[in-house]
Amino acid sequence: MSDIRLRTFIMHVEDLPGVLNRVTSLFRRRGYNIESLAVGRTDVPGVSRMTIVMEADDDAARRIEANLYKLVNVLRVEDTTRRPTVLRELALMKVRADHSTRAHILQLAEVFRARAIDVGPEALIFELTGTRDKIDGLADVLAPYGLIEVVRTGAVAMLRSAEVAEATPKTLEEPQITAA
Amino acid sequence: MSSPGPQRTGAQILWEALRREGVEVVFGYPGGAIMPAYDALLDSPIRHVLVRHEQGAAHMADGYARVSGKVGVAIATSGPGATNLVTGIATAMLDSVPLVCITGQVGSKSLGSDAFQETDITGVTLPITKHNYLVTKVDDIAKTIREAFYVASSGRPGPVLVDITKDAQQAATVPVWSDAPVRLPGYRPDHRAQSAELSRAAEMIDAAKRPVILAGHGIIKADATPLLRDFVAKTGMPVASTLLGLGGFPATHPLSLGMMGMHGEAWVNHAIQEADLLVALGMRFDDRVTGKLDTFAPNAKKIHCELDPAEINKNVRVDVALIGDVKDTLDALMPLVSRRERVDWLGRIRELKGDSAVRDIQQMPPAGRLFAAHVMHDLWRITQGNALVVTDVGQHQMWEAQYYKHDHPRKLVTSGGLGTMGFALPAALGARFAAPKEEIWVITGDGGFQMTACELSTIAQENVKLNIAIINNGYLGMVRQWQQFFYDGRYSATPLKSPDFVKLAEAHGLMGLRVTSRNEVEPAVARARATAGTVLIDFRVEQEDAVYPMVPAGAALHDMIRRPSPIVETAEDD
Repeated sequence: MSDIRLRTFIMHVEDLPGVLNRVTSLFRRRGYNIESLAVGRTDVPGVSRMTIVMEADDDAARRIEANLYKLVNVLRVEDTTRRPTVLRELALMKVRADHSTRAHILQLAEVFRARAIDVGPEALIFELTGTRDKIDGLADVLAPYGLIEVVRTGAVAMLRSAEVAEATPKTLEEPQITAA
Repeated sequence: MSSPGPQRTGAQILWEALRREGVEVVFGYPGGAIMPAYDALLDSPIRHVLVRHEQGAAHMADGYARVSGKVGVAIATSGPGATNLVTGIATAMLDSVPLVCITGQVGSKSLGSDAFQETDITGVTLPITKHNYLVTKVDDIAKTIREAFYVASSGRPGPVLVDITKDAQQAATVPVWSDAPVRLPGYRPDHRAQSAELSRAAEMIDAAKRPVILAGHGIIKADATPLLRDFVAKTGMPVASTLLGLGGFPATHPLSLGMMGMHGEAWVNHAIQEADLLVALGMRFDDRVTGKLDTFAPNAKKIHCELDPAEINKNVRVDVALIGDVKDTLDALMPLVSRRERVDWLGRIRELKGDSAVRDIQQMPPAGRLFAAHVMHDLWRITQGNALVVTDVGQHQMWEAQYYKHDHPRKLVTSGGLGTMGFALPAALGARFAAPKEEIWVITGDGGFQMTACELSTIAQENVKLNIAIINNGYLGMVRQWQQFFYDGRYSATPLKSPDFVKLAEAHGLMGLRVTSRNEVEPAVARARATAGTVLIDFRVEQEDAVYPMVPAGAALHDMIRRPSPIVETAEDD
């Protein structure tokens, strides 16, 4: 069978109540496990953008795309896995730090370009943006000091350079329909 | 757009919207949250059939839709009314039947408060509808109904649920009616096969030595039967049908192989296994059709003509996918394929018939016993194959598929994908409204019949004519058969005691007859046909008969359980 790997889908959906539920219900029903899902508004009124990362082989990826298209409120779907894509995730990490370890931890964080956004007598909070690997890396490094809490947003994706995801509708009314 | 008219309530707008969609009959049950709609119903020309359980309403709408090709409509109240529709909606979803189900909902201010008879029915039906809507504003009712009919009937059809809050039904507005085509920005029901793919498919068809067409429900839904006949006449390819495809190609056509799959004839399945090309038309390679996937038609290239892109390569990897309406696809393929006569291959299939043979139960002397297969065969003979047959789910369903030869589309209504027991009786009542003049036979089992037997009183109240054949073997027969084959004959919860069905019919003011031997079949069927009202016949058949042949679930398609001797196997099935 074809290769199983992490896939990134960029989707544009109508910004209506219940649409996120429809999308996640589809993944659940078909037995696909979502690695991460991030959703937010776009510059087009009434249109939201989702980035979904999940593991799938080529066939499954095509079927997921086709199944997503069957949802009436889904405007465009694009599997950007094979295209040059920038993927970023935001993480906040709270790590145990007292006067004896603080300087060292700050130094380590500097290497990852993480920003300290809260400093307390017993803990620090870092903000870090980057790829999944980079965030995993910082978490690994901080773990020995005592990671109290980690929160990650899940990846958001954008095609590189001047390329625009075909998935980007100009308006809600004209979603540039092309054959799936 | 019409000019602004007077104010109308949401309930009035609902019925007017349905009328504008061409709805003539709806099936439903009133209750608190849908009462405004039921009040306005009295002033609507639309006929309402009062069911005894909302599951019946959904199945009736389904039977109506399958026979008419139009959208069926069911209506229910909130909470239990809505949840009772669920089995019927799931049935329609799996068989791609266009339904619009309308449910009342508690007032919009009470939504989410666990109010009396509140159920999140849009949440409940999310995975079993093509799409659904919660309408909380009177101004959205007309537009939503229009969208719902469009979504239900376009592309790959399916059920759509519209949940309307009570206050939206009660509020008034000046309705805006539009005849413009519905535009949904994210919805693309139409696909057309690419010409390069069509050419590849045509080359494969021309080059094939042992091709088989697999004809599914899509042929019937697309009204593609005449085109398929022409296509077969030109290409010379034999046709195997899925259960739901029966009638899409005439069963008595010389190139018809009949049903394939779990209870298809052995030689049909063997032909598929030996094929070098499968041309799948409007079917989705269900597990009941393919058997074990790893060993399914191992030497065959596959062409898949299918409306729904999500079905491509789902179960079976195909070589060419022709995505689009099967009628358009056949139309486009027709000029590209060459005329062929496939003498050798058809000869080989005849050989397979001779080898693995039809175990023809008609050859078996009744010896005072009544076999269900004999009943099916006699029904087919007496009705000259022209009846509209509505079957339930189980052994009788398979015997009907094997022995009642359907030569015309939309003459067999059955729950294929979901396998819903209790489907037949209400679906037949719905079918009656789509085909007022046709002879209708409900063929059901003693188990399935009792699941929705309450609809007998709907039939009596509506004063319609149906013929009901209960194939009564005192068991949940198909499960009993599996227990016999695969569970060492341990009959767990399958022996079934039933009421006296003749008296049950009589209690509803309907005629009831009982048949216990083969020579009683013809007179009873004749009497039912000659009687103006609904007649129920209780056929007391062999109790522990099994449907043969059978591919055990998960086994290879050619790995069938054969009918045991001493039953005569003959080379011809007629």
